[in-house]
Amino acid sequence: MNQFLAIVIDGIIYSSWLFIIAVGLTLIYGVMKILNVAHGSLYALGAYAATAFGGYWLAQGHPPMGSYGMLVLAAVFVGLIAGPLIERGLLRLVYGKEEVVLVLVTYAVFLILEDLTKLAFGVDPLSIPEPYGLLGSFEVGELMYPTYSLVLVVLSLLVAVGLALILNRTRQGKILQAVIHDREMSAAMGINVGRVYLVTFTVGVMLAALGGALTAPTISVQPGIAAEVIVLAFAVVVIGGLGSLGGAALGAVIVGMVRAWAVHKWPEVELFSVYAVMALVLIVRPQGLFAAPEARKI
Amino acid sequence: MDKRYVRAAVIALMLAGLTLHGGIASAQQKRDTIRIGFVTFLSGPAAGPFGVPARMAAEAVVEQLNAGKAPAPYDTKGFGGTPIELVVIDEAGGTTKQVSEFRNLVSRQNVDYVIGYISSGDCLAIAPVAEEMKKVTVLFDCGTPRVFEEASYKYVFRTRPHATMDAVAAALYLLEQKSGVKSYGGINQNYAWGQDSWHDFDLAMKTLKPDARVTTSQMPKFGSGQYGAEISALIQSGSEVIHSSLWGGDLEAFMMQSVPRGLFRKSQLVLVAGEPYLHRLGANMPDGTIVGARGTHGVFAPDSNLNTWLKTIYKAKAGHDPNYPAYVATLAFLGLKTAFEKAKLEQASSLKPSDDALIATFEGLSFDSPSGRATMSLGKGHQAVMGTAYGTTKLVNGKVTVTNVKHYPAERVTPPNGISSPDWIKGGMKPGK
Repeated sequence: MNQFLAIVIDGIIYSSWLFIIAVGLTLIYGVMKILNVAHGSLYALGAYAATAFGGYWLAQGHPPMGSYGMLVLAAVFVGLIAGPLIERGLLRLVYGKEEVVLVLVTYAVFLILEDLTKLAFGVDPLSIPEPYGLLGSFEVGELMYPTYSLVLVVLSLLVAVGLALILNRTRQGKILQAVIHDREMSAAMGINVGRVYLVTFTVGVMLAALGGALTAPTISVQPGIAAEVIVLAFAVVVIGGLGSLGGAALGAVIVGMVRAWAVHKWPEVELFSVYAVMALVLIVRPQGLFAAPEARKI
Repeated sequence: MDKRYVRAAVIALMLAGLTLHGGIASAQQKRDTIRIGFVTFLSGPAAGPFGVPARMAAEAVVEQLNAGKAPAPYDTKGFGGTPIELVVIDEAGGTTKQVSEFRNLVSRQNVDYVIGYISSGDCLAIAPVAEEMKKVTVLFDCGTPRVFEEASYKYVFRTRPHATMDAVAAALYLLEQKSGVKSYGGINQNYAWGQDSWHDFDLAMKTLKPDARVTTSQMPKFGSGQYGAEISALIQSGSEVIHSSLWGGDLEAFMMQSVPRGLFRKSQLVLVAGEPYLHRLGANMPDGTIVGARGTHGVFAPDSNLNTWLKTIYKAKAGHDPNYPAYVATLAFLGLKTAFEKAKLEQASSLKPSDDALIATFEGLSFDSPSGRATMSLGKGHQAVMGTAYGTTKLVNGKVTVTNVKHYPAERVTPPNGISSPDWIKGGMKPGK
């Protein structure tokens, strides 16, 4: 098997993972103009919840295949609890303030969630490796890949297509686009902007938690995973353009492919490669690849 | 506001400050404990595998020492009869924060000694500050040889051997098991520890087996978590041997992702710091993996009263056997206690010996520990040397065991005084004295 094919497959798998962890961040920014720094903590919360839900399921002797359902359930649970709690309890109070204030508030949430996670789950690494191996593996030339990675690719495609359809083909999506375009005018037309914000934030949190829950079977879940993910997710959405769904997908593909190429061909620059691409894109298009340039308000 | 009130308030504040200062000073004079600042990771990725086990060991050992329940020769209460008081500080936050924390420990917490530091970066940053503040500081876990190879300190000691022996012994053990190795690659974290470990292993292999070629050196970011591309690159490199100094969550994630992909069907895995994860990885630790514990700790520790004692007190606190950070934390307390009591005896001091007397006895000191005997023979008597060991994993009844254990004496795997690790390895690793 040639190296090029390996780079493409590794790049696609990594891109899918990047898209799943980044899409919630761009959705929240697109609708609410909030750069949610707590996104990484919500990802971590999803991963921790997945180890708890999945672990409980397996410990009870239920069919192992059900553990996949537990991963999704964990993400939904985190989304439904943390989403409304943060949005109604905190963010609602600072809407209309400068963006930097909102960033600081979500940074505070990040710090609080980091400590709450430690308080609830301790500092010892947790894991739920069973779902990773349950589906077996497939071979491409000399390389063997777990089928779980293929599922991740399909799932990220489903999330992308599903979100695009909802945004462009449904009434709710059109309402959402109206709010994105002009919040005040939407409110004047009778749209319940508060409810749109609540639903958007909850879905964004659910997507962050889904990223964590789906990653949990491949890693050791422990303190520190939140910070690692938020940096990568920011790189992806900044390359694609903050708030753009298509941008997040393209950003994920670019970062995934560049990283896979670096690992195979030039491992010394792997660490640098992602940020080099980000810097390059920002020099050429400071607003990111997909975001439209904003007119300066005087 | 009336100026008189302002003046009165300022004077009142000054008086309050003086009173407080006097109170603290008087409390210090009256203090009848030896206060030790213990710095270890309590948060972040290093907390679970290293920081918290070290803290639990420190607390268990101090409780035992204070109760006078430790085995001989450590059966006197506390340090020379004076109880030990621990002030535990989180090592997370980077070197700048740690330097501030160190200054706080010395100036505000008034600790008598500092034991601490897992990160090599923190050790390199703290050592000159300890020297400047004239505070006896024992580095307990960091591995970089640069601390005493690139500088000389009066107040700084390290009671565990430096990391050169980990890489050298790994190469020696590997070639004893597979003398015909023709190629090797590596996956190590992209920071000081990972880079040094790969560099030393590569140098040792080039010296011991010059005809073996390097296939690939993967250096993923610390905390990366996703190793799909690296695993593909390693498989395609066709390496006979894969060297890795990964630890913590990174090691666990790498193993969870690489074993199902069959990476180790054709490649021999060498895990320099793999011992603490044997029980956690279970079936994800392939049979025949070469593992080390960065010294004769954990499964490589000798049978002795001290080892049984540490295992018992640690298990009572943590619920499982101690790993190597727990062993090296214990080493530091026992080393400092030995030096303290020897100096106190020589000085006939009532509470604690002078720092100069303590330093004089600590330099070149030999002392027993659960990991065996440590001798402070490098870095002008400030850096410990000990032997080390490597073994091979074997799954027995679902439990990972270590077989074919080989011990290496300190002089076989550690450079002698006055020569840097890279120069010693390149020069053929001649046994030191």
